[in-house]
Amino acid sequence: MRSSKYKVQDSRQEVKQLISNMDGHAALPRKNGELVFQSPWESNTFGMAIALHKNGLYDWEDFRNLLIQKINEWQSKPTANRREWNYYERWISSLEELLVKKGIITRKELAQRTFEFETGLRDEGHHSH
Amino acid sequence: MKTAVSRTYSANDYRTKESDLTARVRALESILLEKKLVSSDVIEKLISSYENDIGPMLGAKVVAKAWSDPAFKKRLLENATAACRELNIGGREGDNMVALENTPTLHNVIVCTLCSCYPWAVLGLPPNWYKSPQYRSKIVIEPRKTLREDFGVNIGPEKKIQVWDSSAEIRYLVIPERPEGTEEMSEAQLASLVTRESMIGVGVVNPKKSKTKAGRRK
Repeated sequence: MRSSKYKVQDSRQEVKQLISNMDGHAALPRKNGELVFQSPWESNTFGMAIALHKNGLYDWEDFRNLLIQKINEWQSKPTANRREWNYYERWISSLEELLVKKGIITRKELAQRTFEFETGLRDEGHHSH
Repeated sequence: MKTAVSRTYSANDYRTKESDLTARVRALESILLEKKLVSSDVIEKLISSYENDIGPMLGAKVVAKAWSDPAFKKRLLENATAACRELNIGGREGDNMVALENTPTLHNVIVCTLCSCYPWAVLGLPPNWYKSPQYRSKIVIEPRKTLREDFGVNIGPEKKIQVWDSSAEIRYLVIPERPEGTEEMSEAQLASLVTRESMIGVGVVNPKKSKTKAGRRK
């Protein structure tokens, strides 16, 4: 895996290109022109989606199209049946779906693992990989 | 920060939703790490290349106000969450924040021994070393030595060092000592002196803005 050789500046340029054609509802939330994340899970989702693409797991276009589709799905739901808008929630949904479609992960292992985190069966090993 | 949005949901719904999403993202990340499809190093770098310093700037604003306005400082030490809210800072995990004041006889340091709970509403995302197992154990066992060796901060023997273990329920923010020679400075000037490290307690505030960053670990 490419890791430490990574130059922050380079990755910033690359990311800029990736997200440059995401606009309208698909545009990333910004403040003073900079990306903003409201919670760590949001930035982690962002980081994962880009890292996986960089590692060649999918084309960015596939991700982007799925994201647009997810956003549209949310918008077409009646207000009563949907949680309030969160941009990065659409990202995580898109990412999960894309990885499942590609056969990289299964819904089952995802559900199982989520359950483990929710119930504290699996705790903070996450950062000390 | 966030401007007020119309809330059609209660604070509890909000918390549930945040924790659902946190578990969901962590689950995915942990599976991907296990399959070695991605490394957390790369994820962190991607994020940090984008994370502007909005976070620490908010904390610095709080500290500068506390230094300049004794009444605010009193409220901050009594109830940091409410005091931060006065400045429009907080919400979400900013709930239950506790401010710890450094004094000539006391130096406070924060850590999260279990994971990486961090007052990110005021400091942004935690730096990598904060999450490292080394820092998490070492700072508790030998705070004085860790501060000296890993952060280049010498805490004199006249000061007691108190290490605070953050949790999902309580997040601490250190109010560093105001440096001498800054009496004439405005709040904005003061804020520019306050570093992220000083608000974690692994740095002190220098009267002149320094370009070198404290807290670098290999």
